[in-house]
Amino acid sequence: MKGLVFPLVALVALQILAMVWGIESDNLASPVSVLQAAWTAALDGTVLTAASHTLSTTLGGLAIGGTLGLLLGLLIGLVQPIDRLLTVSLEFLRPVPSVALIPIALLIFGLGYRMELVIVAKGCFWPILIMTRAAIRGIHPRLMEVSRMLKLGPVARIWKIFLPAALPRLFVGLRLAAGVGLTIAVTVEIATNPYGLGYAVMFAQQSFRPDLMFGMLLWIGIIGWSFNAFLLFAQNRLFGRAALVGARS
Amino acid sequence: MTAFDQASARKLKNSEQLFTGTEVDKGMKSAEPLITFRNVCLDFVGRRILQDINLSIGRQEFVCVVGPSGCGKTTTLRLIAGLLQPTSGEIVYNGKPVREPARDIAVVFQDYTNALLPWRTAAGNVSLALEAAGVPRTERPDRIAALLEKVGLGNRGEAYPSELSGGMQQRLQIARCLAQEPSVLLMDEPFGALDAMTRQHLQDQVLRIMDQSGTTVFFVTHDLEEAIYLADRVIALAPNPGRVAEVFDIKLPRPRNQLTTREDPEFLRLRRKIFDFVQESEA
Repeated sequence: MKGLVFPLVALVALQILAMVWGIESDNLASPVSVLQAAWTAALDGTVLTAASHTLSTTLGGLAIGGTLGLLLGLLIGLVQPIDRLLTVSLEFLRPVPSVALIPIALLIFGLGYRMELVIVAKGCFWPILIMTRAAIRGIHPRLMEVSRMLKLGPVARIWKIFLPAALPRLFVGLRLAAGVGLTIAVTVEIATNPYGLGYAVMFAQQSFRPDLMFGMLLWIGIIGWSFNAFLLFAQNRLFGRAALVGARS
Repeated sequence: MTAFDQASARKLKNSEQLFTGTEVDKGMKSAEPLITFRNVCLDFVGRRILQDINLSIGRQEFVCVVGPSGCGKTTTLRLIAGLLQPTSGEIVYNGKPVREPARDIAVVFQDYTNALLPWRTAAGNVSLALEAAGVPRTERPDRIAALLEKVGLGNRGEAYPSELSGGMQQRLQIARCLAQEPSVLLMDEPFGALDAMTRQHLQDQVLRIMDQSGTTVFFVTHDLEEAIYLADRVIALAPNPGRVAEVFDIKLPRPRNQLTTREDPEFLRLRRKIFDFVQESEA
């Protein structure tokens, strides 16, 4: 609760400043008008439409990129030769910013949902791939030996030993990727794609509505925060004990 | 069970093997060693770790391996386990060369914390071995209960490893190994990290369980007294490169007792002899 003191004081001070000097202009708005605009946007459905587009591309991209990242991460984590074979190619591709793919994706898919989805998926792929590989590498060699001595089959090994042992770190990867995914989705919307929260911010700016622009930013903040809070809650709830293990090792 | 009962039970088991149909083969074979090292050498990154190891271990024998650190005790154990392959020579188990881990050879690792699955309960950890062996789901609970009972964890089945003491965790690992119904139990300094009282308690528990099941045990330790107390035979390794330096037959009566066995003049004589020997080879 103490953390809220500073922003509240700042907001009140800003509001007083705005009322005394009248700073309303084409690029600034008073906190009260921002809140009003945010509230109106929520009531007339603008926020819901925009957020459902942004969130569905984020979740869709996370699902596609995350699954591919998980599978490839498992493969290169478990099979040394494949890791050596792919390291150079992967290290070369990784630094290419996801948004640099916008022109290519635009050519292939045009504007819309699919183009954004592909770019988000590419962005989510990397953190999951790297965390999966690290998580598999981080499993204590003793557990590998236990699984060898018990003669567990490959599927049982992955399902009963490797995945549960790697789970805490995998979830960290998922949370990282979710944050990255949301950022990329909003960026794509601001840069080109005329849908979602990013476009709503852009649209407000271009129609000289700073109150609505800041209002939509407020919503992006709230949605991003809730998204991460939900994942944290899920992590503690689902993998309480496994997360504990990760913290200890 | 009295001393006499235990000894006669073991004899009875052996004689049964001789007279009952298919068991005849086993009885005949028991004259042969169960595990044999033939001129085994092992190099690791250009360094010779083991040099010309020749050893045989008989059925139901309890063999302890001692020696200074770096003499290849654990490496020898891992060769039998099939976790390592020799550079030259071979290890023969049950008439066949060891190429990979076998389901009837179990390993009790020293670091029980790393060897147990922290996300599974005690019962779940034992269950892992049964799942691996393809024991039907319906049979598992009874067998798990019996195994946990055997190692004195009957009422801790729902506890997670992190909620158990070191001694209990090691007993849990032993229970999981017993679930494999192993012919050979390989123990790698299993009690090295435990306090003296827990250690003695577990030594007796292992002796009792092995006596009941007739399992062959290969036990690595750096504690000479522990080796003499447990073993039928103590193998002393010497380092650089690791080789068999001397083999001591332990002719102490069974079942052994923490007080009387350790006060036995023969025990003291052996302790002196092996101690002197190890000191000499280390110097």
